[in-house]
Amino acid sequence: MIRLHQVSKTFPGSTVPAVDRVSLEVPAGEICVLLGPSGCGKTTTMKMVNRLIEPSSGDILIDGRSTSDCDVTQLRRSIGYVIQQIGLFPNKTVEDNICIVPDILGWDRRKSRERAAELLDMVALEPGAFLHRYPRELSGGQQQRIGVLRAIAADPPVLLMDEPFGAIDPINRVIIQDEFLKMQAQIRKTILFVSHDIDEAVKMADRIAIFRDGRLVQYDTPDNILAHPASSFVSDFVGGDRTLKRLQLLTVRDAMLADPPRVRAADSLKQAVATMEEHGHQTIVLVGPRGRARGYVPLQAARGAAGTVGENHEALPTTIRPNEDLRTAVSTMFRHDVSWLACVDEDGMYLGYVTLRGITRLLSETYRDG
Amino acid sequence: MADGVRPMLMRLRRNGVHVGVFLLGAWAWAGGLLPGLLEQWDDIAFLGWQHVELVALSGGAAILVGVPLGILFTRPRFRRAGDIALQVLNVGATIPTLAVLALSMGLLGIGNGSAIFALFVASLLPIVANTMAGLRAVPPPLLEAARGMGLSTRHTLFQVELPNSLFVIYTGIRTALAINVGTVPLAFLIGGGGLGELIFTGIALNELGIMLAGAIPTALLAVLVDFIMAQLQFWTIPRGVNPLR
Ligand SMILES: Nc1ncnc2c1ncn2[C@@H]1O[C@H](COP(=O)(O)OP(=O)(O)O)[C@@H](O)[C@H]1O
Ligand SMILES: [Mg+2]
Repeated sequence: MIRLHQVSKTFPGSTVPAVDRVSLEVPAGEICVLLGPSGCGKTTTMKMVNRLIEPSSGDILIDGRSTSDCDVTQLRRSIGYVIQQIGLFPNKTVEDNICIVPDILGWDRRKSRERAAELLDMVALEPGAFLHRYPRELSGGQQQRIGVLRAIAADPPVLLMDEPFGAIDPINRVIIQDEFLKMQAQIRKTILFVSHDIDEAVKMADRIAIFRDGRLVQYDTPDNILAHPASSFVSDFVGGDRTLKRLQLLTVRDAMLADPPRVRAADSLKQAVATMEEHGHQTIVLVGPRGRARGYVPLQAARGAAGTVGENHEALPTTIRPNEDLRTAVSTMFRHDVSWLACVDEDGMYLGYVTLRGITRLLSETYRDG
Repeated sequence: MADGVRPMLMRLRRNGVHVGVFLLGAWAWAGGLLPGLLEQWDDIAFLGWQHVELVALSGGAAILVGVPLGILFTRPRFRRAGDIALQVLNVGATIPTLAVLALSMGLLGIGNGSAIFALFVASLLPIVANTMAGLRAVPPPLLEAARGMGLSTRHTLFQVELPNSLFVIYTGIRTALAINVGTVPLAFLIGGGGLGELIFTGIALNELGIMLAGAIPTALLAVLVDFIMAQLQFWTIPRGVNPLR
C-alpha cells in the first residue's frame, strides 16, 4: 500500500509549489494512474515516492512505514522503477540488465539467471534467443518489455512507472498494455503509473488521480471519473467522448437481460407470438435441446403465421460473449445493422441478450445516480 | 565471380607486400645499410630498451593519473573544477610537445626525470580530456535508471558510467600514446636517452645508417603500440557499446 499524506514540493528558486498538498492512497495490488497535462506535477509526485526528489513537506508511507525513515538505497531497491526512456544499460546483456538489482542485493547467481529466463517467458520472449542479446539488438517494444522485467526482477511490492509506454507506436502500445495487465493479474504489484493519455489511464487504472497545477483535483475509479467529472477541468480533460470511453469499462454482462423467455424447435409460431406479447418483446430466441442459441423469430413475421418455430426461424447474424466490453458490443451491432445481440457462453449456450436501448439506459442510470 | 576474385586479389596483395619487403631488404643490403644496422645492434638494443622504458613509465603514469583525474572532475561535487580543468586542458593541448620538453627541462634540469615528466604531461592532457568527455556523454536516463533502482554511486560508476564511456577513454589513451611515442625521440635533446640518440647522432654526423638505426625501430614501435591499443579496444570493450563490433 502506498499512502501520500499532504505531500508538497517546491523546487529551489521557485515560488509556486510543483506539487501542492497531495493526499492519496493506493491499496495493495492496485494500479493508480497519475493523469494530467504536461507539467502538472505527476513525475515529481512519483519521484518523491522513491526519493529521487525529497518532499518539501508531508509524509509518504509504504506499507505503513514512512519512506523518510528508510535508508534511501534500500528503499529504492525495494521499489521497481520504469522510465519512458527505458534506460537499459547498453553495456550489459538482457540477462544482466534484468538481474541488476538481484545482483547488487547479492542473490545467488543461478537463482537470478533462472528468474530472468522465467520473466522473459512471461512476456513471450524466447529466453534462449534473448538472454544474451544486447539492448541495441532489440526493437523499442522489446526494450520496454525488458525495462519492465528489470523493474520487477527482485520482486518489489511497489512499482513506479513514468509514462512507460509513451515512446512506443500505438499498435504495439496496445499489445504491451494488454500484456502488462495480464502480468499484473499474476504479480499483483501496487503501482503508481504516470500517463497523460486518458485512454491509457481508463484502460490501465483501478483508480485515476487527476492533477492540475500540482494539485490533486479528482481521485476515483475510471468509471466514476468518466461518469461524474468533479469539475469542468476534469470533464474537458477526459474529453467530450467520455461516455463512449465508459463503454470500454462496462461489460456485456452489466447490460444483459439474463434468462429471458425462449422457444424450442417444436413450439408453434402461435406459442412464440403469445410469449413475445406476454413479455412485450419484438423477437425471441430459438434454443436447441441443450440450450444452445440456434436462431430467432421476429414478432412481425410470426404473427398470424402457421407452423412450428423449427421450420420458420431466421439465423442469428452474430452472438456475443458476456465478458466482452460494451464498446465491442455496440460496434458489433452497428456492423451487423441490428439493435440487439444474443449473448452466449463459450459453448454457445444462450444466456440472455443486450439491446442498444438497454445500454443507453445503463449509461444514463449512473449519470442520474450522481 | 566476386567470390573467386576477392581471395585472388587478397593473395596478390599479400604476395605484393612480401615481394616489396624482400626488394627493400635486398636494396638495403646492397646499399650496405643492413650490415650497418647490424653493426649498431648493441646500441639499438640498449637505446631501444631505454626508449620503451620512457614510453612505458610516462604513458603508464599518465593513464594511472589521467583516468582517475577525469573521473574526479566529472563528479557532481567537482563539477566547477571540471569545467575549469577542461579549459586549461584545451589551452594546454595547443602547446607543442617540444615546448613541453623545454619547459620541463627548465623546471627539472637535464636528465631522464625531466624527460619522463614532460612525456607524462603531454600524454596526460588527452587522457583526462577524453575521460571527462566520455563520462559526460553517458545518457542521463541511464544515470536516472541506475539511481532509481538503488545503485550506489560506486556501482553506478563501475557498472554504468565507465563501461559506457570506455570507448572514448580508450581513444584518449590511444591518442596519448601516439603523441608519447612520437615525442620520445626528442627526449634525447633534454638528456632522456632512447633511440633519439641514434637519430640525432646520425643527422649530426650525416650518417644515414646510424640515423636509420634509430628511425626504423622508432617507427616500428609506434606501429606496434597502436596495434596493441586497437586490439585492446576491440576485445575489452563489451559488444553492446563497442562500435567496432
Ligand atoms: N528538478 C526540477 N527543478 C525545478 N523545477 C522542476 C524540476 N522538475 C520539475 N520541475 C517543475 O515542476 C513542475 C512539474 O513537473 P513534472 O512533475 O515533471 O510534471 P509532469 O510530469 O506532470 O509533466 C514543472 O513546472 C516543472 O518545470
Ligand atoms: Mg513527467
